[in-house]
Amino acid sequence: MALKQLSDPLIDKNPVAVHILGICSALAVTTSMSTALTMSVALTVVVTLAAGIISAIRVHIPNQIRIILQLTIIATLVIVADQLLQAFAFGMSQRLTVFVSLIATNCIVLGRTEAYAMHNPPVPAMLDAMGNGLGYSLVLMVVAAIRELFGAGTLFGFQVLATQAEGGWFVPLRLMLLAPSAFIILGLLIWALRAWRPWLAEAREFALREAKPEARP
Amino acid sequence: MSDANPFRRFLARPNSDPVKSIGMAAAVAAICALIVSATAVILRPAIEENRLAARSGQMSAMLESVPGIAELLDGGGIETFVVDLATGRISDTDPATFDQNAAATDPERSTALSPAVDLAAISRRENESLVWMVRDGEEIKLLVLPVRGAGYQSTIRAYLALEGDLNTVAAFTVYEQGETPGLGSRVAERDFLSGWTGKQIAEEGDIMIDAAAGASGLHEVEMISGASVTTYGTIDMVHFWLGENGFGPFIENLREGTAWP
Repeated sequence: MALKQLSDPLIDKNPVAVHILGICSALAVTTSMSTALTMSVALTVVVTLAAGIISAIRVHIPNQIRIILQLTIIATLVIVADQLLQAFAFGMSQRLTVFVSLIATNCIVLGRTEAYAMHNPPVPAMLDAMGNGLGYSLVLMVVAAIRELFGAGTLFGFQVLATQAEGGWFVPLRLMLLAPSAFIILGLLIWALRAWRPWLAEAREFALREAKPEARP
Repeated sequence: MSDANPFRRFLARPNSDPVKSIGMAAAVAAICALIVSATAVILRPAIEENRLAARSGQMSAMLESVPGIAELLDGGGIETFVVDLATGRISDTDPATFDQNAAATDPERSTALSPAVDLAAISRRENESLVWMVRDGEEIKLLVLPVRGAGYQSTIRAYLALEGDLNTVAAFTVYEQGETPGLGSRVAERDFLSGWTGKQIAEEGDIMIDAAAGASGLHEVEMISGASVTTYGTIDMVHFWLGENGFGPFIENLREGTAWP
């Protein structure tokens, strides 16, 4: 049960690839694997702690102000995470710019606290949140690996493909380092996932109608 | 049911009770505020240290990139002065204790700029500024000026290093910016910055430096594609800081040898 809570969000209930949440940051920080990893760790820690705290006080959260209370707690954790990064990993925080602080607005965090932590005890809530954090991390790492490998020929900053600038054969794809490539890769990833697990595709909301040929004079 | 502990009594209230709503909101807000302020205060020295280290790292990297400066650095090293911007002379303020960022926001030590002259869009300019010099005897080899100005969505802070003729750019280094990642943020990258080296700022007293796509002239730097506002931000701040409201009078005095009191 506990293991399933942790492993389900990795593939079958993946927050990014199945629920299409948290796309903005997934696009922005995936130009290199090290930024993607830092962002993944930050989000996983924040979402897990937020779920634990909110779940612990859930019976005392008045229904009318639950969202703002959740947001306050999440924002606090995000600021602490951001400050810690600036203090102990300054170079990395400079490369991530605003995206760590934007975890506060990440739909995955609010989605998990609102949908799960508000109604379940702390331990399952934290497991569920951590699973979702890891699911987000998985997608980020895959996208970042593709973008960094083909955009710069490196992985975690280590040269894997010898680029032409350094006398090798590989011509870096500049497009891979720009935002549109993240959309394309993510789209292909979602397509591949749904081809592999067809039950993840939503039912069609509207059937296409055959247009009647227009009568032309 | 009547519990003696007021905290228990508060928690026992139904969640629909207004007192409980306001109480919970206040309690969560207070605890969160406490955590945030405590973190900020505890970590501030470490963050400040990181900032300074990053700045001085960029400064020394910039100096080393200028040909012929590395040898001079071993000899006399780099000297720091405080310049009175209005008179354009070296002031007697101690550079070691001078905090330029504090001066820039202190109404007593800064001047409000009218929009007509405020090319860099900084609204207030400090009365005194730090400058750095590398000298060989009395001859100036390199003059480093701190410049800043508005970009697209943040203040861009940079060092502008001029060669001994006080007109040729030896190096330009952006050390702080918060421009759009991937677009404007390229203002701090080598591709853009190296395009400044060797350019001439002024010609016969008029500041000529400008940005253009496919820059070719002596006074042109290459545009960053997708970030024209950011590029022009750097051009405008150089125009401002080297103009008469910036270091203009000081550079004039340096040429005539009247910069020292």
